[in-house]
Amino acid sequence: MLFTVLLGLITSSLIVPFGRFVKTKWGIILAFIPLLLFLYYLQYIPLISWDKSYVQHIDWIPSLGVNFDLRLDGLSLLFSLLITGIGTCIFFYAKSYLKNDPYIDRFFGYLCLFMSAMLGLVLSDNIFLLFTFWELTSISSFFLIGFNNDHAVSRKSALTALSVTGLGGFFLLAGLVLMGNIAQTYSISELAEKAQLIQDHELFPYILGLVILGAMTKSAQFPFHFWLPGAMKAPTPVSAYLHSATMVKAGIYLLARFFPILGSNPAWTYSLMIIGGITMLYGAFHSLFRTDMKGVLAYSTISALGILVFLLGIGTEDAIIAVAVFIVVHALYKATLFLITGIIDHATHTRDLSVLQGLRKVLLPVAIAGFLAALSSAGVPLTLGFIGKDLIYEATLHSEQHVAIYLTVAAVITNILLVSAGFMAGIKPFMGTLPEKFEKINMPAKSLWIPPLILALLGVLFGCFPHIIGDWIAQPTVNSIMKVKTDFHLQIWHGFNLVLLLSALTIILGTILYFINKPNPRKLQWIERLNFIAPLTIFQKAYQRIYNFSTSYSNYFHNGYLRSYLLKIIIFAEVLLAYQLYLGGPLHINWDLLSAISVYEVVTVLIVFGAVALTLSTASRLTAVVATSVIGYGICLLFVFYSAPDLAMTQFTIDTLTVVLFVLVLFKLPPFLNLAKKRILIRDVVVAIVFGMILSMVAIRVLHVPTHIAISEFYGKNAYLLAKGRNVVNVLLVDFRGFDTMFEIIVLSIAALGVYSLLKLRLKSSEKE
Amino acid sequence: MKSTILQTASRYLLPILLLFSFFLLLRGHYFPGGGFVGGLVASIAFVLHSFAHGTNETMKILRYKPLSLIPIGLGISAFSMFMPAIFGLPVMTGLWLEHPIPVIGMIGTALLFDIGIYLVVIGVVLTILFTISLSSD
Repeated sequence: MLFTVLLGLITSSLIVPFGRFVKTKWGIILAFIPLLLFLYYLQYIPLISWDKSYVQHIDWIPSLGVNFDLRLDGLSLLFSLLITGIGTCIFFYAKSYLKNDPYIDRFFGYLCLFMSAMLGLVLSDNIFLLFTFWELTSISSFFLIGFNNDHAVSRKSALTALSVTGLGGFFLLAGLVLMGNIAQTYSISELAEKAQLIQDHELFPYILGLVILGAMTKSAQFPFHFWLPGAMKAPTPVSAYLHSATMVKAGIYLLARFFPILGSNPAWTYSLMIIGGITMLYGAFHSLFRTDMKGVLAYSTISALGILVFLLGIGTEDAIIAVAVFIVVHALYKATLFLITGIIDHATHTRDLSVLQGLRKVLLPVAIAGFLAALSSAGVPLTLGFIGKDLIYEATLHSEQHVAIYLTVAAVITNILLVSAGFMAGIKPFMGTLPEKFEKINMPAKSLWIPPLILALLGVLFGCFPHIIGDWIAQPTVNSIMKVKTDFHLQIWHGFNLVLLLSALTIILGTILYFINKPNPRKLQWIERLNFIAPLTIFQKAYQRIYNFSTSYSNYFHNGYLRSYLLKIIIFAEVLLAYQLYLGGPLHINWDLLSAISVYEVVTVLIVFGAVALTLSTASRLTAVVATSVIGYGICLLFVFYSAPDLAMTQFTIDTLTVVLFVLVLFKLPPFLNLAKKRILIRDVVVAIVFGMILSMVAIRVLHVPTHIAISEFYGKNAYLLAKGRNVVNVLLVDFRGFDTMFEIIVLSIAALGVYSLLKLRLKSSEKE
Repeated sequence: MKSTILQTASRYLLPILLLFSFFLLLRGHYFPGGGFVGGLVASIAFVLHSFAHGTNETMKILRYKPLSLIPIGLGISAFSMFMPAIFGLPVMTGLWLEHPIPVIGMIGTALLFDIGIYLVVIGVVLTILFTISLSSD
């Protein structure tokens, strides 16, 4: 299993050196990666049963409980198949779709990365691993959404998507950590065993809220839905992949995965039902007003995600079965609709539904795919959508008595609106008479229209033989969500009952709505007038406020003057230290503890005083530097007196080199002039004197604090025993704290590279913009 | 700053100081010294030479850019860090030869690590100083 996660990561890093290869026609080989993975996961279908799952355990940071644990159960398998299966279609499609794009290598790099992240997410059995992949999907989708990075709108939507999903990531992490701490385990399967412990804990409401917030942002639930329509700025294959089967379903996956741990209690049920309910109605309602094909699809996706959250909230066995099936239904028809949108966009250079019509005459196979997908989304019998819709109504009708009627009404209204949205995207562009300007359209390449056709046909195939999905995919999924063995079989025909009536009603009313509701730019304008209360506007305003605040904040603290930095740092340190000293109570000096003063020390200190006086009074920059280095040397001598030879040696050499450095730099500076105003001089003097006084007081205080000699004793004892060295300082540097040293020399190297590149690689004035 | 005395002196001081820096490096594990101080002393030797003869002359003695010492040093340190992993021990475990070698003494990964530090320090100090001094010409 590990290789399935790593394959995409390795491929995406190999694309960096071998990117040119992707641009040739051989780049199509990349599409065989998801295909291979898809076939690999297919073989698990007969192997996974309700209590059987495949586990791969790899220690990563065992001391922190972070392990690379992968687990393949029914739920993971469903998602893995979707990710790789739809992924295969997308890879083939994207290769043709972006054939002329100069950055196609980059695109496939991001796509592979994203696919790996998604696979890792659905397979991981450790909450930290899960979170890592969760964030990786946010980041890689950021690159995919902002792929057309020369458009400002594209960049902005990518940033919005990243900040919303990233914010959710924070919530999720907090929730996961709380959960892990309560249960004392970071393994998801072990957490499920301690569900009762977590649910009884007083922090449970917070955990639940945080996890739901994480899922809401990722799965575009109201009021965090606004990043999803914005993400439509991505190239169409990306939209198809992200919004049908992967990115937005990650939140659904999360909720399903944590259903055994957090579910089955009123807080879970009501919050998810309300969130999902609002989202599904809101998304479906908004999809009516869009004229852009992708806009319609975006809002109907939001609505479908709402339905899934809603069903997870209901949480009965019927509802979970409906979730498992509807995930497949939605992935199949939504991917198809997105892909045909891409084809239409390519061929006609517009996605405006008020213009597009009659395209069946020139794009027949695409039209067939669109028709089938639209029928599946409408839930017409003999499509998988019909079965999905049946299950949804079944779930709402058989939920708790007093809410069943409301839930059913909400589901029916949503579905009626979705029928219309599906017809709008899948049928509308192909109906009517073909305008003259579209007559010259040629059929697109095979790799463009075959993937959506396959997906659409699968929707019909599964609709005619629902037990394929039911027994092989849905049943293991439901079992792994419910953690009990359930036995159900999907059927095409349930007999005449209320559910069938509701289904028929949905299709009829939806079709009527489709004929009444003509796409019209004026309606779009009408709905946009309500934008001032939309969550997106609120988000943008908050964003602008934060942006302004941080700009002024940075401008104040980060103004580029070294003297201002020093002043701020010193004042800050003074405040902190003074506060600590104040807390510590009165100071007193115990003269008995101090050793006698020797004549060497007196002389050294006198020299240092003289040097300080000279530094302050001299008018020459060079003299000031030399005087400062005298101070440094004086301190080195003190180190020698107090038997710290290592320190003294280092300080001596450093001081010498600092003077050299100063001299080299000073060479270029203008003469030393005193430009400071008297007021500023006084301020600096006060700050300096206060700092000196505080440090002296700290030094006196240190004498009182009983020294912890345990540490130095440990090093003294063990330096030779463990590290075979007699010089404790050096043993510390190269052995006990060797990691620190390693990072320090890396930092040094970076500093040197910085100086080198700043000075050597300076742009000539002609090269500057 | 072309002074005959300094020029003559630096010609002899350079090898002596370098020798001294190497001495500091080797004894570091038992007596005051170590890779960091050793590296600083070695760079002072070169800086002194550059003061007397000009930076370009010193660069000629060095033959290679001091910048190239940085990756070599980092590589040596990193190698000594990960070498125990080859033998299946945790990273950074000290490995030692069983018997001391004449003059040098005990040899182990710690010394290798120190040599890495030594080279990085020389590389960093000389890169910074020489870059600045060459750019001010």
